[in-house]
Amino acid sequence: MDKKKRKIDLFSHELVPKHILLSKEEAEKLLKELNIRPEQLPWIKKSDPAAVAIGAKPGDIVKIVRKSSTAGEVIVYRYVIDK
Amino acid sequence: MSLYRPPKKIGAIKFGLLSPEMIRKMSVTRIITPDTYSEDGLPIDSGLMDGRLGTIEPGQRCKTCGNRIGECPGHFGHIELARPVIHVGFAKTIYKILRATCRKCSRILLPEEELEEFKRKMDEYEKRWGGLSEEISEELIKKASRVSKCPHCGEVQFKIKFEKPTTYYEETKEGPRRLTPIEIRDRLERITDEDARLLGISPKDARPEWMVLTVLPVPPVTVRPSITLESGVRSEDDLTHKLVDIIRINQRLRENIEAGAPQLIIEDLWELLQYHVITYFDNEVSGVPPARHRSGRALRTLSQRLKGKEGRFRSNLSGKRVDFSARTVISPDPNLSINEVGVPIDIAKILTIPERVTEWNIEELKELVIRGPDQYPGANYIIRLDGRRIDLRYARDRRALAESLEPGFIVERHLKDGDIVLFNRQPSLHRMSIMAHEVRVLPYRTFRLHLCVCPPYNADFDGDEMNLHVPQSEEARAEARVLMRVQEQVLSPRYGGPIIGAIQDYISSAYLFTRKDTLLTKEEVCQLLSVAGYKGDLPEPAIKEPQPLWTGKQIFSLFLPKGLNISLRASVCRKCPGGCLKEKCPYDAYVVVRDGQLIAGVIDEKSIGAFQPDSILHRIIKDFGTDAAREFIDKIGRLLIEFISRRGFTMGINEVEIPRVAMIRIQEILKEAEEKVDKLIESYRRGELQRLPGRTLEETLEMQIMKVLAEARDKAGDIASEHLGLENHAVIMAETGARGSTLNLAQMAACVGQQSVRGERIKRGYRNRTLPHFKVGDLSAKARGFVASNYRTGLDPIEFFFHAMGGREGLVDTAVRTSTSGYMQRRLINALQDLKVEYDGTVRDASSRIIQLVYGEDGVDPAKSDHGKAVNIDIIIEKVLSESERT
Repeated sequence: MDKKKRKIDLFSHELVPKHILLSKEEAEKLLKELNIRPEQLPWIKKSDPAAVAIGAKPGDIVKIVRKSSTAGEVIVYRYVIDK
Repeated sequence: MSLYRPPKKIGAIKFGLLSPEMIRKMSVTRIITPDTYSEDGLPIDSGLMDGRLGTIEPGQRCKTCGNRIGECPGHFGHIELARPVIHVGFAKTIYKILRATCRKCSRILLPEEELEEFKRKMDEYEKRWGGLSEEISEELIKKASRVSKCPHCGEVQFKIKFEKPTTYYEETKEGPRRLTPIEIRDRLERITDEDARLLGISPKDARPEWMVLTVLPVPPVTVRPSITLESGVRSEDDLTHKLVDIIRINQRLRENIEAGAPQLIIEDLWELLQYHVITYFDNEVSGVPPARHRSGRALRTLSQRLKGKEGRFRSNLSGKRVDFSARTVISPDPNLSINEVGVPIDIAKILTIPERVTEWNIEELKELVIRGPDQYPGANYIIRLDGRRIDLRYARDRRALAESLEPGFIVERHLKDGDIVLFNRQPSLHRMSIMAHEVRVLPYRTFRLHLCVCPPYNADFDGDEMNLHVPQSEEARAEARVLMRVQEQVLSPRYGGPIIGAIQDYISSAYLFTRKDTLLTKEEVCQLLSVAGYKGDLPEPAIKEPQPLWTGKQIFSLFLPKGLNISLRASVCRKCPGGCLKEKCPYDAYVVVRDGQLIAGVIDEKSIGAFQPDSILHRIIKDFGTDAAREFIDKIGRLLIEFISRRGFTMGINEVEIPRVAMIRIQEILKEAEEKVDKLIESYRRGELQRLPGRTLEETLEMQIMKVLAEARDKAGDIASEHLGLENHAVIMAETGARGSTLNLAQMAACVGQQSVRGERIKRGYRNRTLPHFKVGDLSAKARGFVASNYRTGLDPIEFFFHAMGGREGLVDTAVRTSTSGYMQRRLINALQDLKVEYDGTVRDASSRIIQLVYGEDGVDPAKSDHGKAVNIDIIIEKVLSESERT
């Protein structure tokens, strides 16, 4: 086995939904729109491969565009946490 | 009706440990004597039944608060332990703390800088969440436990060994040394408040040393009441027994210490005290023999009182028993509405509804009061303006009482027709397991319900019992009526479709009734319509000469709402290979409804059955509302039952009898198949059989044999159904979807077919053969569980045995499935129970964290959808087309 980690684009796989890092302004706008604190969103670990791939840091909000069996395509948000 | 107001509002709940000072402070007396009662039957002072601990005997007054039984809440006492003991519940926590702290200075075994860092993290967490983080302390403990030299005082640390349940050893170079609870308490005492906080213990609520007990609280007698048997013998509660043991040993220990007894004896007694305190808290600690009653029964101590299904939480706090409820056997009544429930008169006389007296109902209520609790439409209680409750059972002059009635009084009157009640059958697996019904007071002793509501309750009448609850407030009744009434529950939220609908005979009857050849005379039509409750005019008869005759379709159409348009394939549809002829279907299996007129097709399961989405019933509910649907089901139900009772519909053993010639043909087919199987086996033995990809030779053979036999059975079934004819009642039931399948018919009339265990032909039993009747290694059809007989003629003994094997597997499977799926359901409900859709449309959990931004990601209510989609184009097209057709 090759010891060196081969870099692959996670998001090229069909089952991995698109993860997009929100800018600070976007994040604030979103929180205001939903009228919530960031911890009230579902969480994603900063060590999650997808979070690592887009360079998300704790405190960020990640936008995920997923396929859904009921609605075709849905957007969900996750709050990046430590550990 | 007054709203229920909770007497106090809970502001906060705090969990902590009791400090020894606190225990002494809340104690009314120190308990010293292990005895409970003196010889003359009076409680001994500073004994376990001391009068100051509360009262349990009627008439007696509490020596502390002066209240009688019921009002006195009970008061704690305390025991001063001669030596400290470990609290079992915290044994593991103590171990963790001991490992993370220094044996000399009791500081956390981490340098100051790291502690600062942890403190910073902990402060941040506390600020945000208002509590200490278990995770952070866990990390700290893990890190500190690895240190072997104290960074504060330089003391070399020893490894600490924890031996369940409450023994700790220090592994010094000289060998293991036992730590006494005194030493442990010493160490815990020295931990600073700041360090305690980092260890996950909030010093305000719980100091670490409080986990080692020096004082034991004695619960009030109301918590452990003694019972007096008929013989006059007092029997004490398990907790009291355990406390007696503790006090006795405590006393001996103290005496021995004071007398200066040898260390060994003291240690033994101390150990014994520890044992009693452990079992007092929890009598099911692993590694500790449970304390037993004299009879050998294990004592039920504190932990056992709380734990498990029969514990305080699941049994007494989450599970409550209610008043105003009834339970009895259920039986069917097709003349009720689906909204109704028949309530036996005896039950109606016990269950009551509180009705406030007003100037409009005062006369009526006076009548009820006069009739009293024993004559049916009566009343059981009056509640006067001052809140006094008068029991009419013991009222001497009810007439006078009735006259004293004035507006504002509340009369608890008997249940009467039209009252709304909740009806339930366990297991309550979905929301349709509890629905609101309107009361119909009926004679006899069973609850009566409409047959169409059997599917949502999953009820039948082989002895099933159901529960009934009477809502007592106006709000509850209104909610029940608007949200929970049966007619509001016809559409299942599980999928878009009605869960309430015609079943069994209703379907057979609907088929017979709407067939082309059903013609009814005026007399028949009038009788049927009057039973159904139809109040309109008769339509023009389809045939006028020689006498007026109406078709079943015409009469059925009378109950369809005007403006209903739908077409669908009936259950009897043959799925013609040449494509569907639609309206011109030779079997009349294409149902067409135009403007509420049934133009073509027979009505069967697909049109009015339960669990049938896109049926006529489904369209009626969605387009004309629940009232229309209820009326449709009620009226059609009565009509169809009347029709099928007049016509007669039976099934006997002769129903599945087929002519001799057919029987012979079937036997030939089966014989051929068996020969074919023999040939396959032969070719396998010779090694000529071709292996299928991915299969072994044996598997290939088995598969081919199974295929040949299944084909043979199907062929036999086809022959049988050819000869059974469409007029056969069994065939009608199978084709219309009323009951049974064509496979069931084939098994009854032609051939039962292959029996299987674990999806294979039967092969277990003896070595390489199923039964001793067969040769070793016999692979033939008969030897491996093929049943060539049918249920009508009967099975031979060998076949019967194989059939029982297959049947047993089925039974075991259902038993296993129900238990595992029940458990799965419990876990699922537990995880999802407090999710709700908030006003902003998001789905949130109890702590208002977002689960979904829109319910189901598309915001569709499945009960109101078509196959989960918000709009169904096909139906709209049909609607528009048929409307343009008319104009």
